[in-house]
Amino acid sequence: MYSTALVELLRTHERPLLDAWIGAQRAAGMRIDLLNETTILANSAELLRRITVAAAQGLGNLREPHWQPVRALLERFSFDQSRAGLTPAQTATFVFSLKEPLFKLIQNECDDPLAEIWAATRLIDDLGLYSMESYMSGRETVIREQQESMLELSTPVVELWDGILAIPLIGALDSNRTQVVMESLLEKIVQTESDIAIIDITGVPTVDTMVAQHLLKTVTAARLMGAQCIISGIRPQIAATIVHLGVDLGDVITKASLADAFRLALRQQGVRLAAPVRV
Amino acid sequence: MIERIPILKLGPFLLLSIQVDMHDQLALDLQEDLTEQIVRHKAKGVLIDISALEIVDSFIGRMLSHIAQVSRILDAKVIVVGMQPAVAITLVELGLSLDGIATALNMEKGMRRLEAMVAADESLEESEGGEDTDASTPPGD
Repeated sequence: MYSTALVELLRTHERPLLDAWIGAQRAAGMRIDLLNETTILANSAELLRRITVAAAQGLGNLREPHWQPVRALLERFSFDQSRAGLTPAQTATFVFSLKEPLFKLIQNECDDPLAEIWAATRLIDDLGLYSMESYMSGRETVIREQQESMLELSTPVVELWDGILAIPLIGALDSNRTQVVMESLLEKIVQTESDIAIIDITGVPTVDTMVAQHLLKTVTAARLMGAQCIISGIRPQIAATIVHLGVDLGDVITKASLADAFRLALRQQGVRLAAPVRV
Repeated sequence: MIERIPILKLGPFLLLSIQVDMHDQLALDLQEDLTEQIVRHKAKGVLIDISALEIVDSFIGRMLSHIAQVSRILDAKVIVVGMQPAVAITLVELGLSLDGIATALNMEKGMRRLEAMVAADESLEESEGGEDTDASTPPGD
């Protein structure tokens, strides 16, 4: 549907429309303080200008190529808003507050306001939906990044002694994480030429067959490389669960606490600790 | 096949280092050569260095356990050293845990371990007739 009157209105009344729009944004309680006011003003002006240019080439569908500049601006703006912690409603308000001033303008200037209002409302709804989509994808990007950084943060491999490594696992284990755990542990074993690796699962809330299997895989892989693994930090409930599930830990050495595991590791490395001699 | 993996003799031990991509014929030749050399040199131990091996498949994994079994029958200990993390993960995912094969991180540690294993075996023989105990498992906690 091609509406010349609407395009004409946008072109001739760009300036007053912009002022009214910003007024409407203020009235809608846009949190100007969270985002820089000049940024919003600049974005509003730029968006309106791009809409005018694009509309002049036909309203059509927002997905058409000549709407690309509008989409790009909306994408960036919504993305920034989701990053800045604004709610979806606030993001949507930015676009939807254009409705009122535009409708008023149409009512004042047009002979057949209904048709124009229909065209305008379709346009703004499309823009609103698009900005919501961008907002959501911005959110998802943030979540994905956080997941990745958590994955990195949550699997440190520490050197306790010459030839003794420990990897304290904290939080739920899924296949993704265990893969990372396994890889970083094995890499570190090669790097430090360690003979013994202690896997401490004090911070793992639940152990099911899946987790147990992952642990066993890690132990076997380390053994293949010539390092021995000790699993420590098995809480009473978890020990009961493992037995109840019928998981066979095989000949894997297990210890109740990290201290016990460390003591055993030191003994196997031939390190002897002596009490200080009193004179 | 001109290409062969060299097997080196060092005292009572045989050393072999796999530094090329293993293909099936090479693996079969290696098995044959190794058993022959063990018998000829009356070797007590075999050290296999696979630190340069980056790709394994189930065939290579099976070959390793096959070598180990054959060597055990010929009374030679086998130790595999220098397995890369990626290789270890692959073998585990393939379900090949190479049970009964001793492993070590590098050549140096592997040699020491092999000497210890052979020494333990000999002292057992000297003590009396020799019970059939597996000396490859480390003493428990």
